[in-house]
Amino acid sequence: MNHTVMLAGILILAVGTFSLRLAGPLLRTRFELPERAQQVMSAAAIVLLAALVATAALTDGQDHAGIARPVGVLVGGVLAWRKAPFVLVVVAAAVTAAGLRLLGAP
Amino acid sequence: MRSIWRTLDRGLLRDIALVCLADGVVGISYGAISVGGGLQFWVPVALSLLVFAGASQFLFVGIVAAAGSPVAATIAGLLVNARHVAFGLAVSEVIGGGWRRLPGSHLMTDENVAFALGQEDLRQKRAAYWACGIGIFIFWNLGTVIGAAAGSVIADTDVFGLDAAFPAVLLALVLPALRDRSTRTAALIGSVVALAATPFLPAGLPVLLALVGLLFYRSDKPALEAVR
Repeated sequence: MNHTVMLAGILILAVGTFSLRLAGPLLRTRFELPERAQQVMSAAAIVLLAALVATAALTDGQDHAGIARPVGVLVGGVLAWRKAPFVLVVVAAAVTAAGLRLLGAP
Repeated sequence: MRSIWRTLDRGLLRDIALVCLADGVVGISYGAISVGGGLQFWVPVALSLLVFAGASQFLFVGIVAAAGSPVAATIAGLLVNARHVAFGLAVSEVIGGGWRRLPGSHLMTDENVAFALGQEDLRQKRAAYWACGIGIFIFWNLGTVIGAAAGSVIADTDVFGLDAAFPAVLLALVLPALRDRSTRTAALIGSVVALAATPFLPAGLPVLLALVGLLFYRSDKPALEAVR
């Protein structure tokens, strides 16, 4: 591919992404938000993160993610629910998925 | 900068370091995949430095390496990154005002937003946000350079189960917020909507659709609101 076209694509993506990120902080300094609106904003971020977890755990592109990854995330989730240390949660999720793959799980 | 380190307790710092390390490994794989797919060294490196948003970068290099249109790659990347608008609204106070908004916005990722939202007071939120953001930025870019230079060292991080580690990271960080019933309902409905939409919509859109879950969100101070 042409270098100039590639560079243009990267720069547009960079400027666009930065604008999306800056939009929130810029808007918020213009308007003082009531407490309730702040709560809704936080809830919106949590809803998006939860949906990211669900889609990243269960889907791969437009397909489903197989078995190893969802089970790994589930093990991590249960440990987190039981208030296990963060490091254990993360390592257990990875080791479970890697182990299941070693055993031949998709 | 020094106050960040003083505010963060050792446990939180260790958690953040772990996420940075994992991001670094994924960065190595991203750099290697990009170069292995026929792209030149500077492409993944420039993306990591200037775009700094993992999912959109994987998508971008995937599309252009498959000889897809760079316009399509750019649009796909922007769609995936649209969620940052909502993140920015949620953490603008955490980022702070003035010049901090520029670097603070560029450092915005799923991970440091989740870390910040999980902290109690504003000082802790701020320290977690910046420490995690700066850490991930360094490790992600370092990983990209190493991966792109070395070629196919680690092409597939699935072998290490890292694809399961990242959802688990975010899940562990949002779980405390999900103990609030109204937030949990909104998150559950949103997640189901996102999952249902995934087979039919391009990447990024399903997650945005999850925001319909907010229709079921009731903030926990209705009485106070009524008095006002």
